[in-house]
Amino acid sequence: MNENLFASFATPTMMGLPIVILIVMFPSILFPSPNRLINNRLISLQQWLVQLTSKQMLAIHNHKGQTWALMLMSLILFIGSTNLLGLLPHSFTPTTQLSMNLGMAIPLWAGTVITGFRHKTKASLAHFLPQGTPIPLIPMLVIIETISLFIQPMALAVRLTANITAGHLLMHLIGGATLALMNITTSVALITFIILILLTILEFAVALIQAYVFTLLVSLYLHDNT
Amino acid sequence: MASSLPVKEMKLMDVKLGELPSWILMRDFTPKAITGEIQRGYYRYYKYLYARALGKGGIAGISMVLAAYGLFNYYSYKELKHEQLCKYH
Repeated sequence: MNENLFASFATPTMMGLPIVILIVMFPSILFPSPNRLINNRLISLQQWLVQLTSKQMLAIHNHKGQTWALMLMSLILFIGSTNLLGLLPHSFTPTTQLSMNLGMAIPLWAGTVITGFRHKTKASLAHFLPQGTPIPLIPMLVIIETISLFIQPMALAVRLTANITAGHLLMHLIGGATLALMNITTSVALITFIILILLTILEFAVALIQAYVFTLLVSLYLHDNT
Repeated sequence: MASSLPVKEMKLMDVKLGELPSWILMRDFTPKAITGEIQRGYYRYYKYLYARALGKGGIAGISMVLAAYGLFNYYSYKELKHEQLCKYH
């Protein structure tokens, strides 16, 4: 039972072939590209959602920040769809692997920092010192701000991994407990209710993408504009 | 089993059951042909998603895809034998 609990997070292989690449590429099938002037229902719905989200998300950026629109929208679509697909039974969620989340977080964060340094060097270096600090505190505060800057990509990656993994594990555990209790008592009803509620709340894993892209976006904003 | 044409040029419905392995082996396996096959299958399937003229572009198409994905994941896990319901693990 213990080995079984973590076995669903192993990268899936079918007869020795790593099919994890197929599973990572699978959500792309679910977003067909619009071909015509008036598309079918699925594409129209997705187009409307993407436009809604992108307007919301890019409103606070200036011209330079809005060149990142494609990147941010594909990020939110990818993370949202992979998280939601991971809620199907027995499916593998790529975002539970820390390696993949680090691979998403570090390049994007580094891109924002380097953009800030290249185009507004003084302003981005000035971020290390908040306004109006007393003079004796300055060295310590610079160190603290540097640490908080470098911890940003780690926080982005670990936040996503930990949230999704913890949610999946909880569902496994509670489901197993329900099955074990089914023969004994009818407190099952209570536990299945907890499972249902947990699953619904976990379906706000989509909210987690919101968190991901939003923090990324806030970082981008701060680095480009001040 | 007598067949009218050489096996290579027959469509799938005309191939007799015993000749099926040889029919499969006779198809082109060049990448260009394989992508052609995949595209043809794709377009035939996606009439379920793209049926705006029929007025039914609803939830059926994408739920078929998700169900197929769920079944695919179900059959690709070897640790299923641990998840059978038994009293002692």
